[in-house]
Amino acid sequence: MTTDLTDSILYLDAVSVSFDGFKALNDLSFVVGRGELRAIIGPNGAGKTTMMDVVTGKTRPDKGAVVFDGSVDLTTQDESAIASLGIGRKFQKPTVFDYQTVEDNLLLAVEGPRTAFSSLFGWRSKVTAYQIYEALSIIRLGDLKYRLAGSLSHGQKQWLEIGMLLAQNPKLLLVDEPVAGMTDAETEETARLLTSIAGEHAVVVVEHDMSFVRALDCKVTCLHEGTVLAEGTIDSVSANDRVIDVYLGR
Amino acid sequence: MLRTLRIILGLAIALISSAVQLVWADDASIVLTRLATENYSEIEAGVTALAASAIPSAEAVLNALADSRLSYRLSDKAIFFKDTSGKWIDAATNAAPSEQPTGLKPVKVNNRVRRALDAAIGSMTLLSADPKKRIAAADAVFKSRDVNTLSALDSVIAKETDAIVKQHFEEARAAVLILKPDAPEAERVAAADRLGQRGDQDALALLSSVTNANATANVIAAGSLAAKSISRRLALLSAAQNAWYGLSLGSVLLLAAIGLAITFGVMGIINMAHGEMVMLGAYTTFVVQEIIRAKAPSLFDWSLPIAIPLAFFVSALVGLVIERMIIRYLYGRPLETLLATWGVSLMLQQAVRSAFGANNREVGAPSYMAGVWDLNGFQITYGRLWIILFSLTVFLALLGVMRGTSLGLRMRAVIQNRRMAAAMGIRTPVVDALTFALGSGVAGIAGVALSQIDNVSPNLGQSYIIDSFLVVVFGGVGNLWGTLLGALSLGLANKFLEPIAGAVLGKIILLAVIILFIQRRPRGLFALKGRAVEQ
Amino acid sequence: MIKFLFHRFDKTAAYFIAALAVLGVLIPILNLALPEASTFHIPTYLVSLWGKYLAYALLALALDLVWGYCGILSLGHGAFFALGGYAMGMYLMRQIGSRGVYADPILPDFMVFLNWKELPITWYFFDHFVYAIAMVILVPSLLALIFGWFAFRSRVTGVYLSIITQSLTYALLLAFFRNDMGFGGNNGLTDFKDILGFSIQAPTTRAILFSITALMLALGFIVARAMVASRFGQVLASIRDAESRTRFLGYRVENYKLMVFVVSAAMAGIAGALYVPQVGIINPSEFAPANSIEAVIWVAVGGRGTLIGAAIGAVLVNFAKTWLTGTFPDFWLYGLGALFIGVTLFLPKGIIGTLTARFNSGGKGDTA
Ligand SMILES: Nc1ncnc2c1ncn2[C@@H]1O[C@H](COP(=O)(O)OP(=O)(O)OP(=O)(O)O)[C@@H](O)[C@H]1O
Ligand SMILES: [Mg+2]
Repeated sequence: MTTDLTDSILYLDAVSVSFDGFKALNDLSFVVGRGELRAIIGPNGAGKTTMMDVVTGKTRPDKGAVVFDGSVDLTTQDESAIASLGIGRKFQKPTVFDYQTVEDNLLLAVEGPRTAFSSLFGWRSKVTAYQIYEALSIIRLGDLKYRLAGSLSHGQKQWLEIGMLLAQNPKLLLVDEPVAGMTDAETEETARLLTSIAGEHAVVVVEHDMSFVRALDCKVTCLHEGTVLAEGTIDSVSANDRVIDVYLGR
Repeated sequence: MLRTLRIILGLAIALISSAVQLVWADDASIVLTRLATENYSEIEAGVTALAASAIPSAEAVLNALADSRLSYRLSDKAIFFKDTSGKWIDAATNAAPSEQPTGLKPVKVNNRVRRALDAAIGSMTLLSADPKKRIAAADAVFKSRDVNTLSALDSVIAKETDAIVKQHFEEARAAVLILKPDAPEAERVAAADRLGQRGDQDALALLSSVTNANATANVIAAGSLAAKSISRRLALLSAAQNAWYGLSLGSVLLLAAIGLAITFGVMGIINMAHGEMVMLGAYTTFVVQEIIRAKAPSLFDWSLPIAIPLAFFVSALVGLVIERMIIRYLYGRPLETLLATWGVSLMLQQAVRSAFGANNREVGAPSYMAGVWDLNGFQITYGRLWIILFSLTVFLALLGVMRGTSLGLRMRAVIQNRRMAAAMGIRTPVVDALTFALGSGVAGIAGVALSQIDNVSPNLGQSYIIDSFLVVVFGGVGNLWGTLLGALSLGLANKFLEPIAGAVLGKIILLAVIILFIQRRPRGLFALKGRAVEQ
Repeated sequence: MIKFLFHRFDKTAAYFIAALAVLGVLIPILNLALPEASTFHIPTYLVSLWGKYLAYALLALALDLVWGYCGILSLGHGAFFALGGYAMGMYLMRQIGSRGVYADPILPDFMVFLNWKELPITWYFFDHFVYAIAMVILVPSLLALIFGWFAFRSRVTGVYLSIITQSLTYALLLAFFRNDMGFGGNNGLTDFKDILGFSIQAPTTRAILFSITALMLALGFIVARAMVASRFGQVLASIRDAESRTRFLGYRVENYKLMVFVVSAAMAGIAGALYVPQVGIINPSEFAPANSIEAVIWVAVGGRGTLIGAAIGAVLVNFAKTWLTGTFPDFWLYGLGALFIGVTLFLPKGIIGTLTARFNSGGKGDTA
């Protein structure tokens, strides 16, 4: 247990969240190791997004421990503090700054000082310019960098949000349904991208697209009714009877 | 034989009665002559003696003395007084003298005599046939605490059959005894108890003047015990009275805010013209009363019941027009609705100012709104009582509409999920318009009630708008029960703060507290939860 | 293209500053140098009237900074304006000295009238101009800091924030009406004699006050412009459009809001301080919530989020107000009401906003 904790980047222990009596998370416990790539699956309403809300400080757990990087208690921190610790998140519904250009969206995300004072006096440096260039080429939106983000297509917004996540350079990436609205080729591309950044960063991906999850080729956790139903390789999890019952179907 | 008997009997009766008259007149003249002097202490003694006597003219004489209508004849010290019509009356016979008296000198009084006189008159009316007068007399003694009335009191207490009058007599007696140093200790202790039971400010003042300068330890102990119980009772009473005022203010706030609870709380529209809807209701009441005064003054007591539906209708109609012309283009943009409806409110104010003038308009109170109901020191004004009942009725009616009618059901459906409701065939624009009209109409009804307690002027609405918003926000947006609780608790807090901090400072403190509270719980007492609220 | 946009924006900004400079020099000259008979002569009362407009423009600028760029619709900015005004008024009161009706060398007339024997602590040092100016800036800033610290930290946003800012100015209104607050109660502060030794009635003083107001407006514009054009401004816009997303990127939203709110409050305070010597009075009615809402419509008319528009809107609306209340007094409220409704319904971007949008869509055509 203790080695679990110290080796982990994210450690959830018996976390419960309820909304007006409804238990969205019910004694949820799982551990993500440093640099690990983890896929989370589960039926609608299983609590996957709620789990991310808890980790990023959007929702306070009723009980349980949420520990980051082996030592930092996340339940007492607010969203911006958690983000500054090095946890980045891509939302299920793509949320970008609609009235700003693609480039400015990335500029906002690039890692660096975030205080009000520093932002008053620093505009952009060579380093950030390079980081933005890099992110733009990864997400292939270089041609659209002056377009307002609000005018992008759903898939392009997904990519932009992934780009913002990369620009943040966090230790842990929480990615909620990244490939919804993407073409098959793009889906493959995303899988490649995520596998490539794992190792240096820990990545937790929530996805319903099983072929994408298979392509990630990593440990899979299946949630159901707020708890872990099964955990293991994609093959063992998808062979699990209960997972088949509640999620995959026969 | 029979005849002689009759004559003898007749003679005997005449003899006896004349003898009695003689004795009375004789007795009376002895007492009365005591007044025929310039020696004030002699007059004072005479006054007391007169009050204690059974002379038929005593009361009239004393009153005449008090009004400087009393004189005496220098030659024989016979007392005469002018009755109210200015005719001379002989005090001894209580009838007009056979010839106009001459050589008269007025009887003068000084302060001491006047005091004795007041007490004497007071104790005289203790015997009045009218219980109200007896009570008034007892209260006069309670104030004057004239020891001379003691014996009179004792005798009337023994005779009194009316329990309430008797209670007043006993209190008066206690008031006399408690500060009478030579009264028996046991009596004074009993008097302290008696005053403790009376339990008002006057009794407390009396008890607190019992000191070791004028009383023994036992009396002091009994006095302070009674005083304590009075203080406790008074504190309780003032708390109750404050609670009542608070309740009354709370119900006014509730009335003003309840329409807003619908337009703001339910529809998310920041209707800054809400206060003007209230104002329109108040002016409708004014117009109704003007018409009734001109056409059918006997119906005046019906003016409010007539005004209520009309006010609802007028404000609802104006609300409907505003919704159709302006607000429907602004759904989902609360800050814009704020600005646009502010514009509406300015225009409505100016329109009313042009039509009715800038000054306050007089809205009369029907008879049932006037008067006070005194419950043992706890005072309830009927006007306030009606307003409290009225606001609760409006609240419950609205709750019923929201819960029980199909409009209410559709309203709630639209609130919770506009797109879904539309997809299910609910005509959301109609529901929006009706909801807004309902909220505005309720504000109009509030105006009818507020016209009874506030100045009806074009600025009427402005004075309620901030409070109304605070009530809705404080109670929790989108929750009618929250509005009720918010209004009542703000009303109570206000009235309990007022005696401590003063009216204005109390209000400022309350505003500060609410500002802090909203910052602690941005969504009010009863917050709606859920994902829908967050965006 | 973005460079080009900025270039053009800078050009408009430069025009605006140049216009202010010309105004600030020209109007005093036309007032002082020309004989009264001349057609181009500007009477002193007009100079002060325009000075008042420019003070309002600075208030509008301050409001636009928080509303247009950060989405904080403050309905209580009139409070900061009035506080700045009171600080200046207190300085002017103490300059009267023994020339007051009661000729008390220290106590202002109203205190003598209330039978006060000593100057309240709040009035200490206000005879020093520098101290008064410091208070003009510090008092509104401090109030904004305390209020904002509570409000932004507990994430009061949108209409809730608007409502409590309105309550704030309402509470201050009630407070300043009280005589025992020691700020002149109902009547406020007035009958000023001189400022820094110059008679406040003299045309030269009036002209100089006007120029200083124009200068402060230009300075305020430059500061605001610099703020919104920096990365800080970009974060503000992000907060305005997607507050929680900005938080998830690690920005301390409350600090950003607090900073812009405090700067804005200070600007409003300065505007109030410039306003008072030119109109000659400050009283509690400046705290009336209606005044703050009226300031919002200036910004809306000119165009929120444009700075220049806010300033122009303030001048336009107030010009119209002076004109209408003079010629058709009954119509002013109708006009103002219609303005509120019309702008929100038909001109949501305001005058300048709509114009820029025109230009921009024209510019987009040739690059896209
Ligand atoms: N703020 C909230 N208020 C009320 N209920 C909530 C809230 N957040 C989540 N829930 C409920 O918690 C449950 C879990 O929701 P969650 O979004 O975590 O599911 P999910 O696993 O992400 O589903 P999906 O695959 O559809 O995205 C759902 O039933 C949802 O309605
Ligand atoms: Mg989800």
